[in-house]
Amino acid sequence: MAVVKLFGAWLSPYCYRVIWALKLKGIAYEYIEEDLSNKSPLLLQYNPIHKKIPVLLHDDKPICESTVILRYIDEIWPQNPLLPADPHERAVALFWIKFADDKSPLISKLFRTDGEEQQAVAKECFEMLEVLEEHALIGGKKFFGGDEINMVDIAFCSVAHWLGVIEDFAGLKIFEPHKFPRLNSWIQNFKSVPVIKDNLPDTDKMLALLKRRREMLLASKSS
Amino acid sequence: MAGELVLLDFWPSPFGMRSRIALAEKGIPYEYREEDLRNKSDLLLQMNPVHKKIPVLIHNGKPVCESVIQVQYIDEVWHDKAPLIPSDPYQRAVARFWVDFIDKKIYELGSKIWKTKGEEQANAKKEFIECLKLLEGELGDKTYFGGESLGYVDVALVPFYSWFYAYEKCGDFSIEAECPKMIAWVKRCMQKESVAKSLPDQEKVYEFILQLKKVFGIE
Repeated sequence: MAVVKLFGAWLSPYCYRVIWALKLKGIAYEYIEEDLSNKSPLLLQYNPIHKKIPVLLHDDKPICESTVILRYIDEIWPQNPLLPADPHERAVALFWIKFADDKSPLISKLFRTDGEEQQAVAKECFEMLEVLEEHALIGGKKFFGGDEINMVDIAFCSVAHWLGVIEDFAGLKIFEPHKFPRLNSWIQNFKSVPVIKDNLPDTDKMLALLKRRREMLLASKSS
Repeated sequence: MAGELVLLDFWPSPFGMRSRIALAEKGIPYEYREEDLRNKSDLLLQMNPVHKKIPVLIHNGKPVCESVIQVQYIDEVWHDKAPLIPSDPYQRAVARFWVDFIDKKIYELGSKIWKTKGEEQANAKKEFIECLKLLEGELGDKTYFGGESLGYVDVALVPFYSWFYAYEKCGDFSIEAECPKMIAWVKRCMQKESVAKSLPDQEKVYEFILQLKKVFGIE
């Protein structure tokens, strides 16, 4: 039987993307938590180019980059497909996944910056939310994937969960439900899906870790 | 299946070149429309409202945006001719990883080479060569990244060759001296009509960069 292993980090939204995809398709896997401040030799061997998580190992073959992993999982295990079958609809889904990939780093940048730089990042985040509200969620769909979540919903998980935690932590208010009604509905719907609800990092634990990391970051900046 | 196919493009864009190569490899007729990026057409703004960027592939009135997505779309719809994306799922994942690497690194580093000077430019040159060397490693002894025939990674990377002369002149270095295997691969690609016809002349691109530098007030 093929062995599936996932190298991840409990705080990383990119790691959760893969966990949800595996669970949605009912794939058994072994999870290996990586200490990102002390990466294992195995991780460095499996992802020598970027040295990052997540890395999926399938039959000892490593696959790196969360979106590449998601597409691999979807192709190897076709049950509960995560992308539309129609080529044009698939192209549109891939467009939004790329948008999510390009913009998600802004959310962690909010946490790593302060002052004017943080204000500039916050503005970019706001503009990203505006694009989603105006262009991606038209048609009154429950999810980006229609009636069920798909890879696009999974790709925007940072907006659904991580953004709120970082906003709380940094004392920012970028997302406001009344300003983004469609996005707000989507977030509520997404976080109600059982596989998502049952597999999200605990908010309090996240805040505690973010506080510690931020202290270390600012200390290293000023030294 | 063919229907109406329009490519909104801009001649020096390496991203546009990717789609041109894919369409040429498969012998698909299409209408090429040159966009003036200082005066974007209503059609472009309508078909790519989010980014307002080229290239945009319009198939039977429906837009496909982002060059890597266009190449995948073209490969899927016209799958019977000159397949670009590997059929094996793992090889596909490897190819997608390298296309993602190219997208993250090559354009940005190349831009830094022609836009900056001094230490910033030196760092960009160093990293640029390191990335090309990693790609040389992935190529190995193969004729193309795709093996015996042109593949997804080849199509994604080779357009940047049209900018190499500009990078070299602006950065005062030789890419061939540092990465001879890469240039050997480029020359093999350029022997293919689909590639040779899709890439503009390097001197023209350099003149274009010089114009841009004037406009942006870069020395």
